[in-house]
Amino acid sequence: MGVSDRTVLEVYRYLPENQTEPTFQTYEIDSQDNWVVLDALNHIKAEIDSTLSFRWSCRMGVCGSCGMMVNGEPKLTCETFIRDYDTMTVRIEPLNHFPVIRDLVINMDDFMEKLPTVSPWLIPDQDKPLDEGEYLQTPGQVARYKRFSMCINCMLCYSACPVYGLDSSFTGPAALALAERYNLDSRDHGRKERAATVTAHEGIWECTYVGECTQVCPKDVDPAGAIQMLKLSYALDWAKSVVMPKRGRS
Amino acid sequence: MTRELTKPLPRNWWLKKAAYFRFMMRELTSVAVLAYTLLIVWTLGSAANSGGFSTLYAFLSTSLSVSLHVVILALALYHTGTWIALTPKVMVLWRDDERVDPDFIAGVTGISFLMITGATIWLVLM
Amino acid sequence: MVEKMDSLQHDVLIVGAGGAGLRAAIAVARDHPGTSVGLISKVYPMRSHTVSAEGGAAAVISASDSLDDHAYDTIAGSDWLADQDAVEVLVENAPDEMLQLEHWGCPWSRDADGHVSVRPFGGMKLERTWYAADKTGFHLLHTLFQTALKFDAIIRYDEWFVTSLIVADGRCQGVVAIDIRTGEMLSIGAKSVVLCTGGGGRVYPFTTNGNIKTGDGMALAYRAGVPLKDMEFVQYHPTGLPGTGILITEAARGEGGVLLNNEGRRYLQDYGLGQPLDLKDPDHPRKQTMELGPRDRLSQAFIKEREAGRTFEGADGDYVELDIRHLGEREIDRKIPMVRELAVRYVGIDPVHDPIPVRTVVHYMMGGIDTDIQGATSLPGLFAAGECACVSVNGANRLGSNSLTEILVFGARAAVAAADHARRVSPPSNQLLENSAGSEQSRLETTLLRKDATYETTFGIRSDLQDALEEGAGIFRDKTTLERACSKITSLKERYENLVLTDTSRTFNTELVTALELGAMLDIGEAIAHSALARTESRGSHQRTDHPDRDDPGFLKHSLAYRSEGNPTIDYKNVTITRWPPGERVYGGE
Repeated sequence: MGVSDRTVLEVYRYLPENQTEPTFQTYEIDSQDNWVVLDALNHIKAEIDSTLSFRWSCRMGVCGSCGMMVNGEPKLTCETFIRDYDTMTVRIEPLNHFPVIRDLVINMDDFMEKLPTVSPWLIPDQDKPLDEGEYLQTPGQVARYKRFSMCINCMLCYSACPVYGLDSSFTGPAALALAERYNLDSRDHGRKERAATVTAHEGIWECTYVGECTQVCPKDVDPAGAIQMLKLSYALDWAKSVVMPKRGRS
Repeated sequence: MTRELTKPLPRNWWLKKAAYFRFMMRELTSVAVLAYTLLIVWTLGSAANSGGFSTLYAFLSTSLSVSLHVVILALALYHTGTWIALTPKVMVLWRDDERVDPDFIAGVTGISFLMITGATIWLVLM
Repeated sequence: MVEKMDSLQHDVLIVGAGGAGLRAAIAVARDHPGTSVGLISKVYPMRSHTVSAEGGAAAVISASDSLDDHAYDTIAGSDWLADQDAVEVLVENAPDEMLQLEHWGCPWSRDADGHVSVRPFGGMKLERTWYAADKTGFHLLHTLFQTALKFDAIIRYDEWFVTSLIVADGRCQGVVAIDIRTGEMLSIGAKSVVLCTGGGGRVYPFTTNGNIKTGDGMALAYRAGVPLKDMEFVQYHPTGLPGTGILITEAARGEGGVLLNNEGRRYLQDYGLGQPLDLKDPDHPRKQTMELGPRDRLSQAFIKEREAGRTFEGADGDYVELDIRHLGEREIDRKIPMVRELAVRYVGIDPVHDPIPVRTVVHYMMGGIDTDIQGATSLPGLFAAGECACVSVNGANRLGSNSLTEILVFGARAAVAAADHARRVSPPSNQLLENSAGSEQSRLETTLLRKDATYETTFGIRSDLQDALEEGAGIFRDKTTLERACSKITSLKERYENLVLTDTSRTFNTELVTALELGAMLDIGEAIAHSALARTESRGSHQRTDHPDRDDPGFLKHSLAYRSEGNPTIDYKNVTITRWPPGERVYGGE
């Protein structure tokens, strides 16, 4: 255990059975030097107030459960150290732009429903039998899409995106980045199939490139970059179809 | 039954975070650049029609006009900067397994912009 | 996700949506069109603990390798407790499962020629571990999850917690579950139920396992009369980060990392694991030697070093050092980037410049729900696969990179058996489903949710359970420590009867979920302690200091723990030996 420090956590509380408006509850705790915000929340739940509700599991930044607003910024709380905040008070709220089910638990149905619409699975040219072995793919070809395959669906990007905050019909950063992840995969031929959703009004063209999705991404996925790449590639497709209407696009 | 809480974005959302504000400025500078372009086209057009370039020259040399142009130049440069910063996002280049450094791409774009601008100025001043 | 219906019914209902559950769901949806599949999980699929697996998945691919070698390594690694017919199924199906994942888009790491790369792993004679850098489990889980989205036949119940199995007419006919979001309790009928709920490492205080790994599925089966097999075998991983228990993958050693004690010595050479090669030697790291020995032996060596005072003392407990500096920054970033990411973030050490502090940490349960080679349990209609099940391919010690393979091979296999079974039986009656939900609801209302004063807390009982198991059934155990653990658990179960929740609300009640999980943890903790007490020999991960030798005549057998009033009944059944008679485990080429 490291050095302990007095920390005040202001935590967003909302229980729909008893409240119509959220409140903030203050917990004063002795936090250890090596504690992340999630450790403090677990300490509160185990020792002070077992009614506080939040999601968490792997506590190593890969399951994507524990995204919350920490002092107004979307963060994975298992990777966010309390010692990095100069202020004695740390304010914890549910992720922005999502309906709140209870306390720090948000409703992410919207994302779960949007995800399949971008066909985030491999669409090969033709099905290859297993006995023909693997599709060959050089390390360079893997590198082309690898970054966009690192998304843990933590929803931080959605809560940083004002476009999504203003209009929740926007397909959004994580889902679109996954579309580009498959579009860039040398084994995939589903670009055309994904065009319908990706280039719809709610798709890439809704993005005005605020760029905050990339800034807050804890896994360095760069969804903003992915969306701009999608814009360029689908715009080129369209231009080619105008110039050479007879030639099929690949 | 659960009643979920939704909090709509406040109208001044873009004042809440420096990054949002910079984004809004970027969008507004594009409006300014467009407005200025239209203004130029309109003044040149009307000056050409009426054959009165001398009035235009006189106006352009006033201190009001000069300060207006300084402001417009600043806005245009800010907007150009955002485009240069965006280039490596769209133009992802690869050298075998290694991604070409985005800063390098932005740098090349920036230098190209300066050279083209310089060449244009030189041509005009000639 | 779920349309509310009067009665929810599926042909096949899969509980748990990690690697095994998703693979099972896809197997039914793709290969048995017209079969309705329910996939229920207490978390969203991509939160499942498969996501944390790092190093890779074993499958024979290179021409110099053979299925028999993979089988033999697995069996020797298991200290001959694995069922050899099951191991043969595992190794035979492994390559196709890996290729299938490749065809679904898994970003496996590649060689320059475009073929899939393989790396060495502990206890494996050859390089046969497929990997996606060091986030293999993450990529595997997301590939399966995204692929599963293709199939409309798969109906998901995300964030539903199963509280009991519906058993009637001698067969399993569905589950009762709480929709965590609303607190509503509903029955979901099914002709076949497949448990893919993972292990329960959280019964120990210091584990690599995520918060959700509480052995729920094992407890569901155990309470329905199905025995838990080989529960005394708990794997400690030799390299976890002090404090958090976050896993530093075995791939770090597969790529050449070495373990050092406080004298700077590669101490594994003192534990019958062979002689160290120079780090510059092209043969380093030598397979099945030193740092590439099996996990049970490495973890035991750590304890011995600690007893001899040759470990470092740290604020978060004693540790040894894992040194990967000689790999260089480029290789570390290319092959094991997450090792660096985790070490920098959680212990403030950049492994490019400094060795990483590591210590033993509970990682995996070899034991689980007793199933046959098809994944079927002794209860008709109930199947199990993955870490919650015990087929058994892992015996007394699992080799690293066999578990991801196991969830794929046996996830798919259990699904096929479940779909076959579903074709032969009739669906449960609405009456049965209604009654089951009703009685489960009143059970909760008269226990955990009763309005009463709180004398016990969920968290208090839980941490006492964790301490009881660590002290009594750790890496080394004996009769005294185990008896103490058994009696402690008995008293904890009594305390659990008095548990009343502070939070009695319906909406997303995580205290309720934690309390239900604790019930499961007490059941599997009891099975672990009693099975370990009854096995008076040492084998693999089960080391009895009072019975230090392996006893094949007495214990070349699987233990079976049956739930009963009071203490569990421990029975045994024979290990299936096909072609590899029990022998000595030899590591280090001696």
